[in-house]
Amino acid sequence: MLKISNLHVQLEEEDKVILKGVDLEVPAGEVHAIMGPNGSGKSTLSYVLSGRDGYEVTAGTATLDGEELLGLEPEERAAAGLFLAFQYPVEIPGVGNLTFLRTALNAQRKARGEEELNAAEFLKIVRAKAKALDIDAEMLKRPVNVGFSGGEKKRNEILQMAVLEPRMCILDETDSGLDVDAMKLVSAGVNALRSPDRAFLVITHYQRLLDHIVPDVVHIMADGRIVHSGGPELALEVENNGYADILKSAGERVA
Amino acid sequence: MAVPALKLDAAGGLLAAWPEPAGEAQWARAARSQAERWLRERGAPARRDEYWRYTDPTSLTVEPAPEAALLATDEVPVFQTRETHRLVFVDGVFSPEASTPLEIAGVEIVPLREALAADIHWVRDIFGQIEAAGQVPVERPLAALNTARAVEGCAIRVTGVASRPIHFVYRRAAADADALIHHVIRLDAGADLTVLESAAGAARLNTVMEVEIADRAALHHVRTQGRDHQRRAVTGLFARLATESRLKSFTLTVNGRLTRNEAFVEMRGDNASAHVAGACVGDGDFHHDDTVFVTHAAVGCESRQVFKKVLRGSAVGVFQGKILVRPVAQQTDGYQISQALLLDEAAQFLAKPELEIYADDVKCSHGSTSGAVDETSLFYLTSRGIPKKTAEELLILAFLDEAIAEVEDEGLADELRDRLAAWLARRR
Ligand SMILES: Nc1ncnc2c1ncn2[C@@H]1O[C@H](COP(=O)(O)OP(=O)(O)OP(=O)(O)O)[C@@H](O)[C@H]1O
Ligand SMILES: [Mg+2]
Repeated sequence: MLKISNLHVQLEEEDKVILKGVDLEVPAGEVHAIMGPNGSGKSTLSYVLSGRDGYEVTAGTATLDGEELLGLEPEERAAAGLFLAFQYPVEIPGVGNLTFLRTALNAQRKARGEEELNAAEFLKIVRAKAKALDIDAEMLKRPVNVGFSGGEKKRNEILQMAVLEPRMCILDETDSGLDVDAMKLVSAGVNALRSPDRAFLVITHYQRLLDHIVPDVVHIMADGRIVHSGGPELALEVENNGYADILKSAGERVA
Repeated sequence: MAVPALKLDAAGGLLAAWPEPAGEAQWARAARSQAERWLRERGAPARRDEYWRYTDPTSLTVEPAPEAALLATDEVPVFQTRETHRLVFVDGVFSPEASTPLEIAGVEIVPLREALAADIHWVRDIFGQIEAAGQVPVERPLAALNTARAVEGCAIRVTGVASRPIHFVYRRAAADADALIHHVIRLDAGADLTVLESAAGAARLNTVMEVEIADRAALHHVRTQGRDHQRRAVTGLFARLATESRLKSFTLTVNGRLTRNEAFVEMRGDNASAHVAGACVGDGDFHHDDTVFVTHAAVGCESRQVFKKVLRGSAVGVFQGKILVRPVAQQTDGYQISQALLLDEAAQFLAKPELEIYADDVKCSHGSTSGAVDETSLFYLTSRGIPKKTAEELLILAFLDEAIAEVEDEGLADELRDRLAAWLARRR
């Protein structure tokens, strides 16, 4: 589903290379996790895939079901089925959460040539999904993420994902800031979406999330590259021993 | 300092362009000549004047008024879907045929012409008086012109809670009409009134609204200024507030070549509250100026000034706002914010926020900012599939909302939001 080859990215504003040849393939129906030290480029990869300004792709490609992503506008990527749950969800004062969600859903439906939903149909869908994530009606009415706690913001990201039903979901540290119960709710929300024609890329620092959302493959990113990939047991190894051993042996393999 | 001859000549020219009103009561003549004398002595506004540095008054003072093409549109006029008492002016001339009959429970409405020919004490106490008080410390020559010459307008007195809003509809018919409209509004103790104003009114429209709000009375003022691209307007709201009375004034301006909205609000009774707010959206040669003075002259009063401007192309926004707190005005709570969203490099926002405080137990804050649309917010919205233009509109509406939220009636506020959204979407 998602195929990234030899992706090189640097900042537009300064001469700083962040991604140094990322290769990654996530087939439909699978969950892949990315772990890696702070600053290794995980969030940058997620931003570049979703089309944020400020990055320059100097080499490589990224395709979604064969369609090149990198030339598209962010909204076109979303309509194509890509979704990023932000590491730091953005507060937007003055824009109501419901207005935002409905505008987004209808814009995507329109872009795909589907009928737009009226207010009642939309509300019915949102209410059901919000309930499953323990998001109350009052939170839905508030401006996007404004005054939300860290955990509430993360749940709101997953609500958006549940409503928009993207095919390729990227979750950037969605577990950080979640309490134990919220982590279970969020994981259940993600697992409910798992299906043969959907894929997930889950960025995390902690093996705990991967107990709930069990990945098919775990990748280790370091210094702008995927340096090692393995099964779920790799997350456990990171949890117990940190990155030093893995990076050392990866370095030896590269060398 | 001698007043420059050019200013005096321009004042003479403005006064000469309008016939001297005739057949009026002695007190009305006295108010007129006081305003006329004032204008002849101080002259018309000029760029060198302290409060005209950011706005060129030339097109407001030349004769004849510059033409402005009529806007061709088939959209339903604003506030037409609600039940209001409509008072229609065409090119600044009251049209009884187009208006609702002048009868409404708890409200007395007299056309200005009639009111100034009779001896109506409450009109006498207000006409030209609140405006004259508002000439200090800042001169408002175009309001003085209005008092000296305007014969169109309404005198309105409210004794109770008005059953529906009064809606001044300013229609246009000629491309070159110059208009002076002067309203006198008196709210008796405990009265409650909503005044709506809509449409462009004239190629060049000069309105003055003098308002006296007695104890515990409340005036809600909601105005939209016409979208005709070349029209010009200068407006003056002069209000005097008594104990525990309230004023809420909001203006939405979209387009127009030049708009200067002045407000002079004086709280004279304890625990009064005055909110003056405005939202504007303009492009190209749009120039919009809010010049607002709020005076706290009693104990425990609260005031808010909230002004938001969205400027595209080379549009210019101006805000000059002052909170003046007199020595008696302890426990004052004053707030002022002016912000501009600059959508293009060439757009400009010029702000002159001022606080002048002579009491010591006072809470006053002010702020002024300008900047572009927030890129992070824009990315967040577009990453959810919202097209960039739509996302930008959402952010523009969100930016303006703090001002629109000053409209207390939710129905009216929502109508304004819908209008704005539709107007913004037309540009796509
Ligand atoms: N806009 C930017 N300006 C300057 N440096 C940047 C910018 N964006 C990313 N970087 C740098 O690029 C590197 C990778 O950052 P990125 O946020 O992708 O890391 P990460 O793997 O997500 O880290 P973490 O685990 O802490 O979230 C870091 O050194 C970061 O400081
Ligand atoms: Mg990160």
